[in-house]
Amino acid sequence: MTSFPTDLRYTHDHEWLRAAGTAWRVGVTQFAVDQLGDITIVDLPREGDLVTKGQRFGTIESVKSVSELYAPVSGRVTAVNAALRDAPEQINNDPYGTGWMIEIEPNDKAEIDELMSPDGYAEHVTAH
Amino acid sequence: MERKRTPLWELHKQAGARLIDFGGWDMPVAYTAGTIKEHKAVREAVGLFDVSHMGEAYLRGPRVMEAVEQLTSNAVAAVRPGKAVYTLLCRPSGGVVDDCIFYKRSDTEFFVIVNASNTAKDLEWFREHTHGLCDIEDVSDATALIAVQGPRAVALVDGLAGGTLSGLTSFTFADAKVAGVACVAARTGYTGEDGFELACKNEDAAALWTALVDHLPPGGLPIGLGARDTLRLEAKLPLYGNDLDDDHTPLEAGLGWAVKLDREFLGAQALRDQKQRGLERQLVGFKIADDARAIARHGYPVVDRARGAGEAAVIGTVTSGGPGIVVGGAIGLAYVPVGFAAPGTQLTIDCRGKDVPATVVSGKFYKRT
Repeated sequence: MTSFPTDLRYTHDHEWLRAAGTAWRVGVTQFAVDQLGDITIVDLPREGDLVTKGQRFGTIESVKSVSELYAPVSGRVTAVNAALRDAPEQINNDPYGTGWMIEIEPNDKAEIDELMSPDGYAEHVTAH
Repeated sequence: MERKRTPLWELHKQAGARLIDFGGWDMPVAYTAGTIKEHKAVREAVGLFDVSHMGEAYLRGPRVMEAVEQLTSNAVAAVRPGKAVYTLLCRPSGGVVDDCIFYKRSDTEFFVIVNASNTAKDLEWFREHTHGLCDIEDVSDATALIAVQGPRAVALVDGLAGGTLSGLTSFTFADAKVAGVACVAARTGYTGEDGFELACKNEDAAALWTALVDHLPPGGLPIGLGARDTLRLEAKLPLYGNDLDDDHTPLEAGLGWAVKLDREFLGAQALRDQKQRGLERQLVGFKIADDARAIARHGYPVVDRARGAGEAAVIGTVTSGGPGIVVGGAIGLAYVPVGFAAPGTQLTIDCRGKDVPATVVSGKFYKRT
């Protein structure tokens, strides 16, 4: 059974969030990466864009399929991992590290509290 | 429903393969290396594929040549024993029941390998349209199939066969012993590379696979269905269910070379008529530039915005698409009106709401040197 880093918060859509100052860094989980296979293209918003919880903020294309990325919280994009443009395989190689995607400054901190704990996410994945 | 397993399932599991449902079979989509590395391994060294889910049958009897002649668009019956022939099975309408390879063992015996997802349909088709002219033995459930593909494939197989197989030319086959296992060894494949496909009994499959794995040269890997698809697409080999189906003819699919219209067979008249009328649509290869950062996939519409808004703009459909792992950018196949089929024509593909430019290209995306 895969274990998930304990310092992160998780979404039902297999994204993780980690506190980065007042913003939250967002990526996809190892479980998502295993399902997707080799990732070839990632489309991300620009710095300063506003994202809405539950709405599409980008897409992730693997060799076999394309998946939408949904914003885990509402807020402003404060950073984008530009390295993924030429090296999307970073997501496969290091989903919780160099494979991070964007950072969001949340409008409402309470939305962070609604995210899943590592244990909650592990349960979610097992039920998947 | 319980997914079916090939005799190599346990070995795939042990190797850490990711298994998915493929037409009711539990098949490796990728091993631990991942699709991109597996794809490159086949282009640069050698890859092993478990394709035991495919269907196999024997057609036998004194009048089997007549039966095969009726079933096949290509001239299969008349070739010399030892030849393997790619052919379509057509409906009277000219639509495609399946594509497959017939192996002529003698004037009274043919072996045939068909697509996994079509096995039951094809066997039914054979029974229905051979009118008792031959005996049909379905050996799918007793037969394993291992493909060995890549620039180092022939040396690998030949080495395990005591040097008896390197002399086989493309699209010929022979009964052989590979690593002591009795096989039908055919110089065929579905990757655009040289290599063999080895059919053996289920109970021998693990021994054969293990011997091949043990003798893999540096860079060689087991390969999942993910890379099988990207490899065949780069080599512009059609996939039934994507690029071929009941609603398109082999002429539209660009497979005229496998249709010999100077004979009588199921669909011949419809195809002659279509050829005389001229084609209205055609399967073309297209390329999307690397900097467009888009992949056009199965089912995406090809559009001509000059024709109007919404549905009115749709002129064709993408049937297969994916990243060009060795050739770069994204590649794919689409049915388009003949007026849009010339190499160099600019197409527009609606990739999930975004218009992406693509260029029609002739020939294979990848051709081995």
